[in-house]
Amino acid sequence: MRDMHQIRLRVNGREHELTVEARRTLADMLRHDLGYTGTHLGCEHGICGACTVLLDGSPVRACLMFGVQADGTEVSTVEGLATGDELSDLQQAFSDHHALQCGFCTPGFLMLAEAYLAERASADGPTEAEVRELVASNLCRCTGYQGIVEAVLATARSRRRSGAP
Amino acid sequence: MTVVGTRMPRKEDPRLLRGRGRFGDDFSAAGQVWARVVRSPIAHGHLRRVGLTQARRADGVIAAVAAGDVPPGLAIPVRLAVRDIDLSGYLQPVLATGVVRYVGEPVAVVVAGDPYAAEDAAELVEIDIDEEPAVLDATAAARPGSPRLFPAGNVAADFTLGYGDTETAFRQAAHVVETEIEIGRHTGVPLEPRVLLAEPDPRTGGLSVVGMTKVPVFNRDLLAAMLGMDAALIHVHAIDAGGGFGVRGEFYPEDFLVPWLARTLGRPVKWAEDRAEHLVAANHSRQQSHRVAAAFDSRGRITALTDEVVHDNGAYCRTHGVAVAELTVAMLPGPYRVPAYRGRVRVVLTNKTPCGTYRAPGRYEGTTAREQLVDVAADRLGLDRIELRRRNLLGPGELPHRRPMTTLGTDVVLDAGDYPALLTAATAEMARLGYHAQASGGSPTGRRRGLGVAVYLEKSGLGPHETADVTVSETGAVRVLSGGTSLGQGIETVLAQIAADALGVGPQAVDVVNGDTDLQPCGTGSWASRSTVVAGNAVHSAASAVRARALQLAARMLEAAGDDLVVTDGTVSVRGDPAVSVSLGEIARAAVPASPYLRPGEPAGLAARRRFDVAHMTYPYGVHAALVEADPATGRVRVLRYLVASEVGRAINPALVEGQLRGGAAQGIGGALLEEFSYDEAGQPQAITFMEYQLPTAAEIPPIDVLLAQAAPAPGNPLGVMGAGEGGISGAGAAVASAVRDALGLAGSVARLPLTPPRVRGLAEAEPGSAAEAGRGGRAETGHERKPGRP
Repeated sequence: MRDMHQIRLRVNGREHELTVEARRTLADMLRHDLGYTGTHLGCEHGICGACTVLLDGSPVRACLMFGVQADGTEVSTVEGLATGDELSDLQQAFSDHHALQCGFCTPGFLMLAEAYLAERASADGPTEAEVRELVASNLCRCTGYQGIVEAVLATARSRRRSGAP
Repeated sequence: MTVVGTRMPRKEDPRLLRGRGRFGDDFSAAGQVWARVVRSPIAHGHLRRVGLTQARRADGVIAAVAAGDVPPGLAIPVRLAVRDIDLSGYLQPVLATGVVRYVGEPVAVVVAGDPYAAEDAAELVEIDIDEEPAVLDATAAARPGSPRLFPAGNVAADFTLGYGDTETAFRQAAHVVETEIEIGRHTGVPLEPRVLLAEPDPRTGGLSVVGMTKVPVFNRDLLAAMLGMDAALIHVHAIDAGGGFGVRGEFYPEDFLVPWLARTLGRPVKWAEDRAEHLVAANHSRQQSHRVAAAFDSRGRITALTDEVVHDNGAYCRTHGVAVAELTVAMLPGPYRVPAYRGRVRVVLTNKTPCGTYRAPGRYEGTTAREQLVDVAADRLGLDRIELRRRNLLGPGELPHRRPMTTLGTDVVLDAGDYPALLTAATAEMARLGYHAQASGGSPTGRRRGLGVAVYLEKSGLGPHETADVTVSETGAVRVLSGGTSLGQGIETVLAQIAADALGVGPQAVDVVNGDTDLQPCGTGSWASRSTVVAGNAVHSAASAVRARALQLAARMLEAAGDDLVVTDGTVSVRGDPAVSVSLGEIARAAVPASPYLRPGEPAGLAARRRFDVAHMTYPYGVHAALVEADPATGRVRVLRYLVASEVGRAINPALVEGQLRGGAAQGIGGALLEEFSYDEAGQPQAITFMEYQLPTAAEIPPIDVLLAQAAPAPGNPLGVMGAGEGGISGAGAAVASAVRDALGLAGSVARLPLTPPRVRGLAEAEPGSAAEAGRGGRAETGHERKPGRP
């Protein structure tokens, strides 16, 4: 007997209502039920962080949550970062600093950094050591992390200059 | 304007940054069902029975199969056969038959309507195995009397490469230095697990396959042969892949099972591996032990080099056969002048996951062994480490240098370069960046700093051929159809840059498709740092041919002489009179069938297919340097600074080359300090999650300094490129080992990689005198200067 639940949530500002099995992970629900395939699964045990999405603004591992736990929440995924054809400043910084190669881990790093930058908007700005510690939350197998650290720092600097969060 | 050589932003980036990459699991087919592979829980034993009844009765299950249900006798053949060695007795069956030989070996497959149901039902499969003792130590497994994995024994191959008279050289040597070192078992571990989706086409009887992303044409042909169908009816699609590193895209048992199930069931079948599976099922690599020795004359010049290698290949010979072992001994002399050489390698089978290639196969291992030997020798001979290397590096006047050996079926001819000059440049860069000062600087709380240096020789651009098609459409858009595959290396951008310059268009006009077997049926794939070299030159040739054809047609259209025409940014005009011009799109429209500009018999279209053939590889080289801090109390090693100096001939896109070097170095540091597949005495794998298999994070990888050299264009290809995919990792095991050895003041080698905290503690406690002994559990002395006369 499958344990089904009807839930409602918003993903990138869009309302969704669906029925999910209790054991279905948030990541599988986003990817396979709702079509947000930008959220990737690299380990399914919460280490790699490729599946990082924002739940009510906070980063979570979508492989470690059930879809039903997202009932009534606002989820942000990588698909929501760009505006039309225009990449966000963080996405553009990733390209400028060669912060991605295969791109599989990239959505997780983008969401992780986005939450961090939003939280740090009013502060003096993160140091490289702080950003490195943040970036150490997730795994990348291609880049050696240097470009990712540089992209996050550059975005923090430019947001601070422009006064934008 | 030329774009080759510029740091052009990657064409791949916008889609990947927006979450619009198309990776394996992003593909679905209407009506698809999900496969789950049931794997052996036992390392070695007789497979008495596979009970499928319960699984077949479970909710949502469509099929469950074991060896008796698939066509008999099917095994995965060797793709890279070397030295005519017969490995037919050691190949992996598509499903275990009679015997299981490693934990993770496919025993059955369950197919269900959704992946959760398939996983549930897989747990209902009953596997009855009579357990046998697991064979886990390759050196012991090679001895007579060891329990046998195969009727023919455990040694799949035993061969020696070399030249010259090593025995006399060792007898007459002023110094003989020998050391031993083991390289740990680790592998590529791309972040995207493997995925396959096979969809039958009822209209043609063919198959559409997603997920073969390394050598798609080879895998298509092999799959066709195993299924007994025409290869032209199988279409392997181009997709994004979440990292390759040698592991992804080889033909594995699943690459037969999933398409076979799709054909058998007559519906799309999808299989998405989980991480625990990947760590026991996809190719492992690297595990070797080396006993390496060199003879020196009184001035510190190498007169002979020998190595005895035991290569732990795991339970079967897979698609690489014994190629990694061969590369190890073929490349071991590296960039040095070695008058006499003998490298013996035994490929031994054990009850562990089978092995294949991992980025810089054989070179990461061999470079570590050779460079540890050079470090030990420098101390024995009382010479500076850099100076000893300088005395022995081949000089620019000695290149091209032919070694009387072959590897991968090609002659070993070191083609071009100035090895001592790059070593000088690298040491100058280290000094400029303050490496030496930081190494000798004080360190808090008893930690010890050390500086490591290693030189490496790579090989790249393996042929024998690659094909590319370049087509200009009627809108002026340029399409490149390449035989490479997109694994994250940026090959779409690099090929677009090459095509843009050769054709005379902006790179934004160029679209590159990699790895689609219908669009490019002659491709040979992306591996062995070959794509920029062989695919790049094929694209260069095809785009140049299209340009020549465009000029020919433009001359007719403009009623001008071809010699008077120039191509600029997609437009052909008369030199000195830019108003008289036609665009490439207009030329393509003038090349349609029955166009008045076509001569009788001329084919329509503005397109060309060209093949680049190459008999020899090209040999990039470089220097790695590491500054580490080792804590003798905890055994923890931190890498503080890291430098890669690399000669690549010509960088099509320097930003991408630097990215390759940095990423490779990070992986190499992981293999040197963290990553290891270990097993318990029953052969149970101990690294089955990312908790145990530790990939380096940003906390372990320092900023990596890069010195990119473009001083030695490869003579064997028109673009002058040497491959750049593996130089970043090739010397990393060696440089980290060298630095730790320096930090701890060891007399011998570091004995074993990875240098985990317990091993480093052991080395620190045992020093001085018998460091390696403690690190190796007292099995052997390493790093001694032995008496001349015993080769």
